[in-house]
Amino acid sequence: MPQQEPHVVEALQRKGLGRSRRAATSLAAVTALVAGAALSGCGQQRDPGVYTVMNSSTDESYHRWDAQAMARCGERLGVTIEQQSVPAAQVMTKALRMASSKSLPDIVQFDASEMPTFAEAGGLTDLRTLGLSTEDIPDGIVDFGSYQGTYYGAARSVNTLALFYDQDALDRAGVRVPTTWAELRRVAKKLTQGKRYGLALSAGGAEDGVFQFTPFMWSNGGDETKLDGPRVVEALDYWKALLADGSLSKSTVNWTQADVNDQFMAGNAAMMINGPWQVETLNTKKSLHWGIARIPVPETGADSVGPLGGAVLTVPDTGDETRQRTAGRIVACLAGEKEQLTYALNSWMVPAHAKAAAVWRERVPELDALADQVAAARSRTAKLGAGWSSVSLALQSAFQSALTGQSSEAALRRAQQRATSGNRGTRT
Amino acid sequence: MTTSTVTAPATGRAPKPPAAPDPARLRRRRRIAQWGFVAPAVVFMLLFFGYPLVRNVVMSFQDYTPRTFFTGEAPFNGTDNWADVFQDALFGKALWHTLVFTAGSLLGQFCVGLALAVFFSRRFPLNGVLRSLILLPWLVPMVVSGIVWRRILDQDTGVLNSFLDIVGIGGHTPWLTDPQTALLSVILVNIWIGIPFNMVMLYGGLQEIPKELYEAASLDGASAWRTFRSLTLPMLKPVVTVVLVLGFMSTVKILDLILALTDGGPADATQTLGTLTYQNSFVQLDFGAGAVVGNVLILISAVFAVFYLRANRTEGK
Repeated sequence: MPQQEPHVVEALQRKGLGRSRRAATSLAAVTALVAGAALSGCGQQRDPGVYTVMNSSTDESYHRWDAQAMARCGERLGVTIEQQSVPAAQVMTKALRMASSKSLPDIVQFDASEMPTFAEAGGLTDLRTLGLSTEDIPDGIVDFGSYQGTYYGAARSVNTLALFYDQDALDRAGVRVPTTWAELRRVAKKLTQGKRYGLALSAGGAEDGVFQFTPFMWSNGGDETKLDGPRVVEALDYWKALLADGSLSKSTVNWTQADVNDQFMAGNAAMMINGPWQVETLNTKKSLHWGIARIPVPETGADSVGPLGGAVLTVPDTGDETRQRTAGRIVACLAGEKEQLTYALNSWMVPAHAKAAAVWRERVPELDALADQVAAARSRTAKLGAGWSSVSLALQSAFQSALTGQSSEAALRRAQQRATSGNRGTRT
Repeated sequence: MTTSTVTAPATGRAPKPPAAPDPARLRRRRRIAQWGFVAPAVVFMLLFFGYPLVRNVVMSFQDYTPRTFFTGEAPFNGTDNWADVFQDALFGKALWHTLVFTAGSLLGQFCVGLALAVFFSRRFPLNGVLRSLILLPWLVPMVVSGIVWRRILDQDTGVLNSFLDIVGIGGHTPWLTDPQTALLSVILVNIWIGIPFNMVMLYGGLQEIPKELYEAASLDGASAWRTFRSLTLPMLKPVVTVVLVLGFMSTVKILDLILALTDGGPADATQTLGTLTYQNSFVQLDFGAGAVVGNVLILISAVFAVFYLRANRTEGK
């Protein structure tokens, strides 16, 4: 072939024919590629017996537990349920993209703080019209899965924050588990020895830090609708005081909740604020004897109000009512009493279903404090709905400024201004 | 290969002078063929570069919210998004941080990279081994570097502070936890990441300089510094331009490293245009505002691209 080439080129140049033909071939190839890419983006025909659930169970054990639950529910309902797991931070953007290409899965599991955004955009179906009952679900948890009075999301389990402590450290120091802010401050100071801090919590960027600030803000009577209110300022001042005492590490502003757990497990902190999802990791360290209590309150007798966390199962509005009804039945099964209990026992979360929660309390007595905390917990989006993300960003910046030197009042005043003017996402 | 079989008869006729066809027709055919060759590239550019770019500009003038994904409607809202973004105090901060970050990173990467390149262009034992070891930061994914450095720089338990403590200087530096030092720490980590790229490119450039020039310089009695300034640097100039421009492009849009190290904190001390775009678009889901910041970023890159092209053109002459 090579020896032929010069002739070919010559001939081609003379005739100009092969050239255009070649060009035509490449043009055709490009066109085919482009068309193929465009077509594959369009909605595929859905398989009638196969239903898809999109969730954020990328963690191996969670993925396995979910797969098992889906297999059981699929068998009961006579359908195949497929699980599609994406990182938690991508669930919303992925679902939005799927909405615009009309390829939404049958069920999406959103973090409850994100659900209002999707509901507000008009993407979700009212679960009650699909036949889901809220009879055995406590009001607080129904609200947690609702947006503007409509029940869009069924929680399988909920979680909140609590005070975890190292029992041995407390015993050695001869102190009891603190229940008020004053006690927490005193105990934390006493437990701070050498390289060990009395308390660890997360004031990091992103939602982790805000999640951890809410129990202090709410138990003190503060409110996310008025960030510069005196109660919120007091709560932030309390955090500042813990830091000034040296009971909190200066790295607090850079820690996620997972970092906080690492510090606690490494013995760098005698107590921590964290959630039940850490229990599985905590239990891997046999020498650590941890206990759990409600987050201390400003004064004796005050309510300890924690943030309600967790994910909710939603049925996106795909326009296919028959499929949506079946999807509703799948949600009812996954969030049913039996599956909730199995899931809660696996994951250390608290069942949302009242009857399941009662059984769970008996089976996991060591997490009793958590069940109490959940019963009084509050949803972050109850008041602000889709406006929460702006307030959350402003609040992160505020407590980080305050913990690194600014006055709480000035930082929160700026945060309130920013939250008010920066609420662009919900502008109409 | 079909072309060769198709044109085979033509080869046979080659020695004969071709029958003169209509010259206008021939020209037109040739023109079509020429465009045919250009077309795939043009289509590719328009589809994968032109369209997103135009879309991003258009989006910055739209009220583009989660609802848009369902209705497909994104009403134009004039310059509202632009006004919102420019009025946000965070934008000015992020712009400043981006400039400081880029200038600091480039300066550090380039100086250390050049010094290492000059160092390694001498012959000495283990030269190759050491040189390949220095490439390691380049091989590690950015997010992994970020997470590892976050641990190293931890104020209480980090390796760096423990080391400094043993040496006896500044063992309690709040690397990532103080708004005053966080940006500097992030720059230092980025310098560490960028050194291999700079070193490899500049090392390559140094190898290109003819050895005779150095011999001539030493015969003329030029000092080491003089040789470096009047011979090495000018000869290296084309490579330097490429290194700096490519470095600029990849540094100005930084996102992953900062997200892994500080998440833009503490107290927005390390927010850059990249993280601000991310926050606007994917946390607040205000895609119009995200597009505005993205456009500013593209504009900055475009200005530098023009400088680069112009520098290249004058060099070519």
